[in-house]
Amino acid sequence: LSVAVSSRDELAKALRNAGGPVRFRGGGTKIHWGASVQPAGASVQPAGASVQPATEISTAGLDQIVEHNAGDLTAVLEAGVPLERAQGAFAEAGQMLALDPPDPGGATIGGLVATADSGPLRSRYGGARDLVVGITVALSDGTIAKAGGKVIKNVAGYDLAKLFTGSFGTLGAILDVSVRLHPLPPATATAAAGSTDPEALARAARELSHAQLEHIGLDVRFGGGDGAVLIRFGGAACVEQAEAAAKVAGRAGLHASVVEDDGEVWRLQREGQRSANGTVVRVSSVQTELGSVMTAAARAGARPVGRVPLGICWLRLEDRTPEEAARAVGQLRAELAPSPCVVLDATAEVRGLVDPWPHPHPGALELMRRVKQRFDPAGICNPGVFVGGI
Amino acid sequence: MERLVPRLREIVGDEHVITHDHQLRTYESDGLLQYAVTPGVVVLPGSAEEVRRVVAACHASDTPFVARGAGSGLSGGALPVEDGVLIALSRLRRVLEVDLDNQRVLVEPGVTNIAVSQAVAPTHFFPPDPSSQIVCTIGGNVAENSGGAHCFKYGFTTNYVTGLELVMPDGELVELGGKECDVPGYDLLGAFVGSEGTLAVATKIWLRVIPKPESVRTLVAFFGTTEQAGEVVSEIVAGGIVPGAIEMMDNLSIRAAEGATNAGYPQDAGAALVVELDGSEAECEARFDQVMEICERAGADSIRVAKEEVERELIWKARKAAFAAMGRIAPNYYVQDSVIPRTRLPEVLRQIDELAREYELQVANVFHAGDGNLHPLVCYDGRKDGEPERAEELAGLIVKVCVDAGGSITGEHGVGVDKKAYMPQMFGEPDLATFQRLRCAFDPDGLANPGKVMPTPRLCGEVPGPYRRHPLEAAGLAERF
Repeated sequence: LSVAVSSRDELAKALRNAGGPVRFRGGGTKIHWGASVQPAGASVQPAGASVQPATEISTAGLDQIVEHNAGDLTAVLEAGVPLERAQGAFAEAGQMLALDPPDPGGATIGGLVATADSGPLRSRYGGARDLVVGITVALSDGTIAKAGGKVIKNVAGYDLAKLFTGSFGTLGAILDVSVRLHPLPPATATAAAGSTDPEALARAARELSHAQLEHIGLDVRFGGGDGAVLIRFGGAACVEQAEAAAKVAGRAGLHASVVEDDGEVWRLQREGQRSANGTVVRVSSVQTELGSVMTAAARAGARPVGRVPLGICWLRLEDRTPEEAARAVGQLRAELAPSPCVVLDATAEVRGLVDPWPHPHPGALELMRRVKQRFDPAGICNPGVFVGGI
Repeated sequence: MERLVPRLREIVGDEHVITHDHQLRTYESDGLLQYAVTPGVVVLPGSAEEVRRVVAACHASDTPFVARGAGSGLSGGALPVEDGVLIALSRLRRVLEVDLDNQRVLVEPGVTNIAVSQAVAPTHFFPPDPSSQIVCTIGGNVAENSGGAHCFKYGFTTNYVTGLELVMPDGELVELGGKECDVPGYDLLGAFVGSEGTLAVATKIWLRVIPKPESVRTLVAFFGTTEQAGEVVSEIVAGGIVPGAIEMMDNLSIRAAEGATNAGYPQDAGAALVVELDGSEAECEARFDQVMEICERAGADSIRVAKEEVERELIWKARKAAFAAMGRIAPNYYVQDSVIPRTRLPEVLRQIDELAREYELQVANVFHAGDGNLHPLVCYDGRKDGEPERAEELAGLIVKVCVDAGGSITGEHGVGVDKKAYMPQMFGEPDLATFQRLRCAFDPDGLANPGKVMPTPRLCGEVPGPYRRHPLEAAGLAERF
């Protein structure tokens, strides 16, 4: 059953009246992320998999840009606002929401916050958790509650916006968010340095990360025996800064060139985080391990893209049977332990063979279960898709 | 308490348990002296394991506890609970690991804010810089989600904490996050930072540090009115410039600060605006000229540019001394911490001015202009009949003006006991009840820093299971919602 709503109250009401498990749909671009869920009544049920909720509530009708306070660099967006449309509106005022996750088309702000997906800008501006300053949510008993506010600095009350960011709809529905905006850089330039040696790339990336360079993105990529480290600058002096960065890369033994029309370079980085038919593994590590992550990825035949200052890499595995993909995930986890490896994109078959979530610390998992129980005691909100079967 | 104290002595040793009344009074207030409560006992554990055992002992005896760092907070967040245990974390002050390659530092909660930056100097720094940074502790910064002058550009404590070791109110140890970002599961780390000691006690903290900017340029410009200075702030932000810091002082605070520091601020200036740009040298230079131009165009009476570090320090000295210097204006003051959308600054200042005149009190304004965080200082003389009450009332009205303008009751000081009565101005009952769900997941017995943040005491229902009468409820101190 699919339920369309056109107001926050309607959504809360639909949730309260659902009478059974519910999931929330924004643009649907990441709807398959998380642990395996099977259509109710499906004949083959993978072990431990939960059943797809009977009710799906779409946020498509909650698509208002409620406020854009250009002078204050803030905005209030309903959950169903497509990210692309919001960015278009902000750009008219020379501003941006500094979130640039890969968007195959139609990704909404609600889905982005619920999954805490991120893109290259995160190295400089932080992720959804850092840019969402207020939130309104609906809980499974129909409660509508807000936390935070509309100003960028605010410590009144608990920061429930962070709790809901990345919670995969398991605590309740996100109705709207207040976000902090940033000036859109008037121009950008990128220094790109290539190498066939993942360790050499990682070394150069670390040099750049520790240099006094105020970049708006510092990434690596590797694939097919060839890779690059990319550092991007925005602002009046972006070309000079990119040239300075090219020198730093040169000192680390890599030849770098400066690209002024750099949109395509970064579009490819974002695209490297997604796969239509393959499997994507996100590895949370630290900068000094980037070399080993890329080496392990190369051994597994995966194509990594990575955010250097964050130590996060996305590994893309293509053209494998579900069994091969699941085995590769297991091998990466074993090789890269204790760095958590989360499966994002993957087919239902792969999800049936391997838990997309690694296991958190037992104490932390127990605490997460208690949080879930308090926010959604009836267990209605997207049950089973999250860490540890939450 | 008679049974608990010997247990605490066993855990931390006799010399680290304080029970004498005159010694207990040392801990009766934090940085906000209007509130004072003598704790039942003060205990100073020396390790995370001792903290764990102390908290477990509190839990076993149903005794509330309050964790305290330097006690420099300005909201009464570390105010003790009568007949409760005050856990002073000042002995947990080790920097456990400095991993500059990964831009991480692991510290104990009693380490001071400045000590973190010192541990990673000269190449890196820890951006949150509250004015009290030489004494305030990281544990306190995490509890309050502290900001500072540089947070408009760099963000707050919450943006720099990547991992925590917590002692839960039942005495269990829990690790959240770590050195890495995006550890799977709920972002409990994000929910914990800024929870004002009401969820658990942090015993280890992973912090992110960042490379020092290549270049720093600082100026202070003086204007006839705060409106002019406010206009400059708007133009700077509209021009796409993100200063490292942008701070404003009005005439009253200029006079107080100048009297205390002799920093060379003209005493007749209507407003002082400190603008600091940092980043790459090329970008800084280009932007700095732009800022100078904006200031001149707005009719600045004079502009002082810091040519070297000593001059920069002098400019900042006056700004950072503003609170302490208020004693020159009046014997007492209430400090508020409200936030407004920055564009509402002129009208909010006008309303504050009108209220001050109506109440026949002086209000000095010192604020983080970039993010709209005002610190109105309501000056009064506590010895004059009725003046403290009048000042308190005025302070409350100022908060209301800010909330009505779309702002917040607190930007960095926290709610504590001081602002909990204002919480209903921002949050309705469903919001407060939802906060309580988080609290109950962490602390179902309500032992961690009770009586703070929430406007009225609340208890947790059992989920699931039968109703159990809470000791506070039995004593008539709280009711169930």
